[in-house]
Amino acid sequence: MRRVVVTGLGLVTPLGADVETVWANLIAGKSGAGPITRFDASDQKCRIACEVKPAGHDYGFDASKRVDHKIQRQVDPFIVYGIDAASQALEDAGLTEMSEAERFRAGASIGSGIGGLPGIASESLVCENKGPSRVSPHFVHGRLINLITGQVTIKYGLMGPNHAVVTACSTGAHSIGDAARMIAMDDADVMLAGGAEGAICPLGIAGFAQARALSTNFNDTPERASRPYDRDRDGFVMGEGAGVVVLEEYERAKARGAKIYAEVIGYGLSGDAYHVTAPHPEGSGAYRSMEMALRKSGLSLADIDYINAHGTSTPLGDELELGAVRRLFGDDIGGLSMSSTKSAIGHLLGGAGAVESIFCILALRDQIVPPTLNLDNPSESCTGVDLVPHTAKKRQVRAVLNNSFGFGGTNASLVMTSI
Amino acid sequence: MSETADRVKKIVVEHLGVEADKVTEDASFIDDLGADSLDIVELVMAFEEEFGVEIPDDAAEKISTVKDAITYIDEHKG
Repeated sequence: MRRVVVTGLGLVTPLGADVETVWANLIAGKSGAGPITRFDASDQKCRIACEVKPAGHDYGFDASKRVDHKIQRQVDPFIVYGIDAASQALEDAGLTEMSEAERFRAGASIGSGIGGLPGIASESLVCENKGPSRVSPHFVHGRLINLITGQVTIKYGLMGPNHAVVTACSTGAHSIGDAARMIAMDDADVMLAGGAEGAICPLGIAGFAQARALSTNFNDTPERASRPYDRDRDGFVMGEGAGVVVLEEYERAKARGAKIYAEVIGYGLSGDAYHVTAPHPEGSGAYRSMEMALRKSGLSLADIDYINAHGTSTPLGDELELGAVRRLFGDDIGGLSMSSTKSAIGHLLGGAGAVESIFCILALRDQIVPPTLNLDNPSESCTGVDLVPHTAKKRQVRAVLNNSFGFGGTNASLVMTSI
Repeated sequence: MSETADRVKKIVVEHLGVEADKVTEDASFIDDLGADSLDIVELVMAFEEEFGVEIPDDAAEKISTVKDAITYIDEHKG
């Protein structure tokens, strides 16, 4: 099998719209949470979110930098975030100008969990109130989940595999894992891979709140709401943004002298086959996903120094993931650090696995692991596990494991290491 | 320049994200202003909304320049 490495990174998150700014803010322990400003949320049970900050903010996102004006008007926010993050990643890899022959062998696999919910919600009102003849001709392709891949491959002329994963909150991790396999299997030499989400709208917040998934006890102190593994956690805080990486076949990357961040050496996938929203009560799916990724990597348990947990800050999910990690790692759990960066940027749903994989890669690069914010009173089950409370920690990081689990009982794990 | 022309050009600039001075009356939406066929559908909808006119599909298909749009609107607005 051909080896697959990461040669470019791109991020749009509530803590910034470029990789180094996001990482610096994350390591500094900043929170991207705040009251919802996108719409009047006063009648919502949950009135907080981790929003991408507007242009002009210290670490805001200026869509006009990389996304055509016309496209910005026609598509939902998740596509705008995705195009920007993918463009950043290609620029970082130095691959914005490839020959036609190279572009035949370059593709994209950038998905989303939910897709264009804000636009579907608003256009349904246009159809209802003004009639079908007022519905935008750009309505459909401005909302479809595979249209980040569509837009980006058109922008850069990439003619290889054209793919998009939809596995709820596992989307980003599955996207990277699947795309890495496409390169390993010789379907492509270069793949843009990742995920995006932009579902902070009345319907999105209400839907997750009604499913009892969102935090509702911290509406007056939003930065304290996302508190994975803490006794007082009561649900996740919705985030938005995108993470995209450039994956490249190793020999090709080496031959062109590319900057190589990491190698993707293990990918595991599993299903809970249990319940649409609740995780398996024994964490069976999570366990098997991690176990497969580790087995494929050829590493031993003791080689994993950092786990970026799914850790959404829900009462049940955090406990079950930790239990699965404990059972898999046994005594080796004492040697690793595990944190949930959702404590800082919220839950990016379909973007989460990709953004968090990038955090794992930066942990490998800088030999530092990001913190779990708000972990004031760890649950009893946390004893003996370094969950990196409050502040980032300098430590040896040789190999990393990233977990993502989603509604529908879908699980993905990735193992990466430095070269 | 007529008032209709001003308002048409403003809509074109906003929808297509082009420089105002490129939106001359002779400019073709597709050849000069970077529009595709769906952009024209959207522009026609915006003209309908702005001027309170109805532009049927067969008439819309004949609108290819800025001037075509201005002329049609001037002839049909109430």
